[in-house]
Amino acid sequence: MKWWMVGTIVGSTVLADLLQSFEMKRHMVAVEDLRPGRLAGMLRGLAQRGLLVLAVFFMAISFFAFMKLLSVADLSFAVPVTAASVALETVLARLVLRENVTALRWAGALSVACGVALLAM
Amino acid sequence: MAGAVAIAGTRRVDLKTKLLTLFVVATNVLGNFAMSWGMKHQAVDLGLSPLAYIRLIFTPWVLLGTLLLILWLLSRMTLLGWADLSYVLPVTSIAYVASAVLGKVFFGEQVTWQRWLGTAFIVVGIIFVGLTAANTTRQESAR
Repeated sequence: MKWWMVGTIVGSTVLADLLQSFEMKRHMVAVEDLRPGRLAGMLRGLAQRGLLVLAVFFMAISFFAFMKLLSVADLSFAVPVTAASVALETVLARLVLRENVTALRWAGALSVACGVALLAM
Repeated sequence: MAGAVAIAGTRRVDLKTKLLTLFVVATNVLGNFAMSWGMKHQAVDLGLSPLAYIRLIFTPWVLLGTLLLILWLLSRMTLLGWADLSYVLPVTSIAYVASAVLGKVFFGEQVTWQRWLGTAFIVVGIIFVGLTAANTTRQESAR
């Protein structure tokens, strides 16, 4: 059960992050939009963007799977192990989102992934 | 003059990105902590029933955690518009370290030497990624 939940969390998180990153770069939120008076309008705008709604759906799956995982595993296991998505998402950020992932950033992402693996032991 | 304006603009972007990153990390850590506290202090076996999860969301600690995680979701979404996914993911991983520390301090969870070593790897990784440019696709972004 524990590892099924981890798999569900990682898979849905990867999909949600790719969709969010792609969509949020198409129409960025400006600093001015974060003011309390303009927040409602900003949220309405976000809710009308199909890819973001789909991303939130995947995040909801991840969220409920995470709740289940917390009920059967330690917090210090549950949170780090779900970071296994970091390495996978860095590869997909390069291939799908065409981000410029430099050697230093690869090294950083790999270091984080190793750290996550150790935390999960 | 135009160059000076451009540099000032870039610095402003950098500062707002850093501040938003801090906010994303704080809401994530506190949200996870409140959620975990709430889950540990409820005696119900959740099973796979969606209704049980929905009822659980309205208990105080889980509700607080949920609200903080909603703030985390929105702020992170905004951050993903300002910076690369491959930048945001490692840099915000400091939240995993903070969660491990909170787990030890407040829940008495066992943190073995492997976990501390893992923490060190994550911190080093964050430093590496933090040295790179936050947004490498800015020219292509629609703004």
